[in-house]
Amino acid sequence: MRARLIPMLAQRLGLALVTLLLLSMVVFAGAQLLPGNVGRAILGPLADPVAVAALNHKLGTDLPVPEQYWIWISHFVTGNMGISYTYRTPVAPFVIAALLNSLKLAAVAFVIVVPLSIAGGVYAAMHARTWIDKTISIAGLSMTVIPEFVSSIILILILGIWLRWLPITATAPRHADVLDQIDHLILPALPLVFILFGYIARMARAGTIDALDADYTRTATLKGLPPGVVIRRHVLRNALLPTITVVATQVGYLVGGLVIVETLFRYQGIGSLILTAARAKDFPMLEGGILTIGIVYVLVTMLADIALVMLNPRLRDGGR
Amino acid sequence: MSSTALRQPIEPAPRAQPTPALDIENLDVVYRTRGRDMQVLRGISFSIAPGESYGLVGESGCGKSTAALAALSALPRNGFVRGGSVRVAGQTLASLDATALRRLRAEQISMVYQDAGRALNPSLTIFRQMAEVFELLAQPADRAADLRALCTTMLNRVQISSPDRVLDAYPHQLSGGMLQRVIIAMALAKEPSLLVLDEPTTALDATVEAEVLDLVATLRREFSTAILFISHNIGVIERMCDRVGVLYAGSLVETGPTAQLLRRPMHPYTMRLLRCLPTPGRSKATARLDTIKGFLPPPGAIIPGCVFADRCDLADTICHTTPPPEHTIATHASRCHHWQRATEQPLTATETPIPTANHSHDIVLRGTNISKTFQIGTRSLHAVTDVSFSLREGETLGIVGESGSGKTTLARLLLGLLNPDPGSIIELAGQPAAGHAAARSQDQQKALQIVFQNPDSALNRSHTVRHLIGRALARLAGLSGATRTARLTELIHAVRLTDRHLGMRPRQLSGGLKQRVAIARAFAGNPKIVICDEPTSALDVSVQAAILNLLADLQARENTSYVFISHDLGVVRYLSDRIAVLYLGRIMEIGPAEAVFEGPHHPYTEALLSSIPTPFNESNTTQTTRIRLHGDIPSALNPPTGCVFHTRCPRKLGPICETTEPAPETINDHTIACHIPRNQLGKRP
Amino acid sequence: MSEAALPVLIEPTAKPNERLRAALTAPMFVIGATILTIWIACAILGPSLVPYNPYADDLMNTLAPPSAAHWFGTDQIGRDIFSRVVVGARSILSVAPLATLLGTLVGTTLGLITGYFGGIIDTAISRLIEVLLALPLIIVALLALVALGPSNTTVIIVIGLIFAPLIARTVRAAVLTERELDYVAAAQLRGESSLHIMFVEILPNVMGPILVETTVRLGYAIFTVASLSFLGFGIQPPSADWGLAISENYELITGGYWWTVTFDAVAIASLVVAVNLIADGIQGAIE
Repeated sequence: MRARLIPMLAQRLGLALVTLLLLSMVVFAGAQLLPGNVGRAILGPLADPVAVAALNHKLGTDLPVPEQYWIWISHFVTGNMGISYTYRTPVAPFVIAALLNSLKLAAVAFVIVVPLSIAGGVYAAMHARTWIDKTISIAGLSMTVIPEFVSSIILILILGIWLRWLPITATAPRHADVLDQIDHLILPALPLVFILFGYIARMARAGTIDALDADYTRTATLKGLPPGVVIRRHVLRNALLPTITVVATQVGYLVGGLVIVETLFRYQGIGSLILTAARAKDFPMLEGGILTIGIVYVLVTMLADIALVMLNPRLRDGGR
Repeated sequence: MSSTALRQPIEPAPRAQPTPALDIENLDVVYRTRGRDMQVLRGISFSIAPGESYGLVGESGCGKSTAALAALSALPRNGFVRGGSVRVAGQTLASLDATALRRLRAEQISMVYQDAGRALNPSLTIFRQMAEVFELLAQPADRAADLRALCTTMLNRVQISSPDRVLDAYPHQLSGGMLQRVIIAMALAKEPSLLVLDEPTTALDATVEAEVLDLVATLRREFSTAILFISHNIGVIERMCDRVGVLYAGSLVETGPTAQLLRRPMHPYTMRLLRCLPTPGRSKATARLDTIKGFLPPPGAIIPGCVFADRCDLADTICHTTPPPEHTIATHASRCHHWQRATEQPLTATETPIPTANHSHDIVLRGTNISKTFQIGTRSLHAVTDVSFSLREGETLGIVGESGSGKTTLARLLLGLLNPDPGSIIELAGQPAAGHAAARSQDQQKALQIVFQNPDSALNRSHTVRHLIGRALARLAGLSGATRTARLTELIHAVRLTDRHLGMRPRQLSGGLKQRVAIARAFAGNPKIVICDEPTSALDVSVQAAILNLLADLQARENTSYVFISHDLGVVRYLSDRIAVLYLGRIMEIGPAEAVFEGPHHPYTEALLSSIPTPFNESNTTQTTRIRLHGDIPSALNPPTGCVFHTRCPRKLGPICETTEPAPETINDHTIACHIPRNQLGKRP
Repeated sequence: MSEAALPVLIEPTAKPNERLRAALTAPMFVIGATILTIWIACAILGPSLVPYNPYADDLMNTLAPPSAAHWFGTDQIGRDIFSRVVVGARSILSVAPLATLLGTLVGTTLGLITGYFGGIIDTAISRLIEVLLALPLIIVALLALVALGPSNTTVIIVIGLIFAPLIARTVRAAVLTERELDYVAAAQLRGESSLHIMFVEILPNVMGPILVETTVRLGYAIFTVASLSFLGFGIQPPSADWGLAISENYELITGGYWWTVTFDAVAIASLVVAVNLIADGIQGAIE
């Protein structure tokens, strides 16, 4: 059993690397090839063709495409993401600082949403088809589908302006302590919590209902086990495994949501960095930001995948 | 049992006899769906004495499983007891609070159900799950070592030879037969006064089933546990039970001692059910199988009179208006107004045999050295190895095998749905056929058609019966317009469907009717050969009988050849002229049907024959003639060397069986691949 | 005797029509359908219904709070917000459904082909989808729109093409299950072409999942179009678009001008929730 674990891990890692390689190509293609003439794109349609050519030469965008890609990616893996067109300084420090800020925001959202949504989903499943279940399900569905900027506006109006419960700026004053920083992050995190709650709760509910109806749960009940033990040992263990994957894949949605929330709350995260770079056509910054998000996503899914395999004996044996 | 004896029953026993292990009185159960109550059990009563084994037999949808779940107070969420009572070891279930019910379950009752793989928690080890049973007992063994010892002892008692390996395993790492043993061990660990077995061997292969049934019979005596045994298989019930109750549409129509009830039934339904079985000695050449007209009433139907009246030949006015009272002779009871005449009812099928097809010597299908290897990662799975046979016009070749024998792969190879390994030769009417159906000539495509096992999968649920058969007529018979309509009507009538069915979609038809549509479709292009892949295994016996009759009739009329695949020897025997026995992808034995059944047998065939629980089969009663195989069927990924059967063979000669694959030897058209000389092989006694 | 698993919970095979009727009369479905109908009516009849020209500014009357004259108040250049909200249904209800339609057509075809044939194309497309999934949808859309330049047409094409592989994935999964069923083998045995098998045999049986997926995707399309407009990469000014309106006015809410964004926010929320209630109802009816 153990012997199959190592090749399995190697396989997951290999797949993740392939995904990242393809991802880098997609990002490169999107940011560097689609715009066509980069120099023209930066200098505008009226600029002197000689200046455009000079800029292209300086940026290296007049080289053959594979060579450009090779230069970019070989630098990228060493941590060199290129020079920002806007700031004329290396991209990497911007991206790393922004990523750290975003991770703080995401962490606050996850800490709130994961326990809440799993508890909600399991509770709904155990009261399936009652009004409690229906309320949780409909509320979850509605919260999940409303765009973040819409829920943000409504939350700012209610919690920030009318009730004055939470600060409406995401960035705490300088030298603020950790608690204060977190306090400032709660309001921006709530729209993300809304989005995630419905997904995770829905999965947790479905998994729990399946496990409740499973033959092995009936076996456990007919053994004469107390209901609490049946739920904890037999139902939840099987019900919540698939939820791990769902939580991990939500990282993708989460970062997408960050673009909106960070813009709206003027928070210096990776989302607002990407948007600013996109508006300014700062392609190295754009590529660096997007590929970083991709790496985070691929890493998290891979870790979740491995966690799932470790926790599930059937997958541990290599079957899938 | 000692703990039971000490506990005072809550209610005094009604009679001076010992308290029954299970006493069900006048039980009504309903399921509530969309606000409507549907009755699934209609006032059933029976009781099981301590140590007694009681069987409930019936076709699907008759309420067997509901009765089992009611006995454990474990009905699904929408199931309710509407009347009557259930007493287990003297305690009325309805009067118990949650704690008392839990205690009763922990100490007095156990249940084993059909799918052992699903009955165990996939993410806990066997040890963890077995230990729970001991932890709940009155004197819990609190030290891990004690628990482990208890589990090991229990596994030894169900004849598991390596308990340590099993205890540390997760359910998915064990075979179906092994899992069912584990479940039985868990069920018996508490030494229950009542063990409920719901189709416990239905999902197992015949040889494994036989072994598990033997085990249950032995343990039952050891533990003196009362058993409620639920099965659709009359043969299994006969082997396992002292008394039996026949359920039909939620009513217990007949109860009595097993041997007496099956030999002298007092209810027309029981009588008919027994006549539907393709029991030994019956074949298409001697007699048609009897069938039961009409359909089972839907669950929840309101039936004023006898539940069987609509399908009974004896029914008259009183049967349709008044529920029949129970008529009892000694311990044998029947709920029929005309119970004295139950055995007199006319047969629906005539005793006249089906006219035999005109066997010519033209060979329509020949397979030579057909092999199929699947690559699974780096390993090779030899699904079919060197299978050779020939099929003559109008003849049926039966193919028998357990799971993993390669019988379905063989069917798909012949049809061209899978590509055989190089070197395999398939010839249709003397012409070599390409490996892939698309590469075969149109005549060859037309010549070979199939009836699949599961009509739900085989019929496109989006299309009407008219489209399903019409499309086949257009493609395979090249018909269009009025000729197609005429031929469609003809085909529909040939499979005993009516024009009313033409506009229906598969979901509006019962399983038997769907299979008729599939048969009509297979016959649309006047095929020379029809491959029947377990065509009746998803059907109840009464429906199975009708389909077998239909196949026999069509064969006689069209002079079609069949390759008939089944795990059920009785069914194969009924329809086949020649029989091939497959084990791990190889033919062990092939020859005329009588020769295969009468012997000399290949040891595997011999074991297979004696493992099949068939009512009135002599081997059920005479212990000595039974041959049992031990262990599981090896994996085709890693087949044994030499003779593939040597790991389970009760007559293994010695090293030669492990090293050398026996060459098939043919005497009088009867081929056997075994190292044992022909004159020393077993014969039917 | 591998009798199929015995039905423990007897559920009479309800006729599909009956089930459909139950789903179509479920309260949540009715609420969703009603809201959607209202917005569709606004999108079609909007300009002839509204009291003011939604594009006419009125610099004498900027940022007026809701009143009898201006039910939802006015914006920074005095345009009537009620009129703009009603008319705003048009842009989003034309761009989002068209993008969904494009995605469904391309995705269904792709899903049928990859699911039925399998092999290298299937592996390649599955891998591509996985790569695409590694990036948030909105970022991929952003990247493409930066490159192509935002307009209604590019938004439709970009969202449609991003949705296509996602829809293909759902269709492919359904086709993979269907492909294993014996009716496909039966069709092959009577010599049907692959095209016939995919579109006549398999497609009708996967319409259920496709329908559900399409409705769910419509919800996402509205979500995405609105978000892109908010970011300035979707529907362009001076359109009376809800997302655009919020992007133009949200900074005013700290000043107390709540009406400049609240009604647009409620409009978006009600529309996406309505579409998803419908999707949920359809899903319930099919499964």
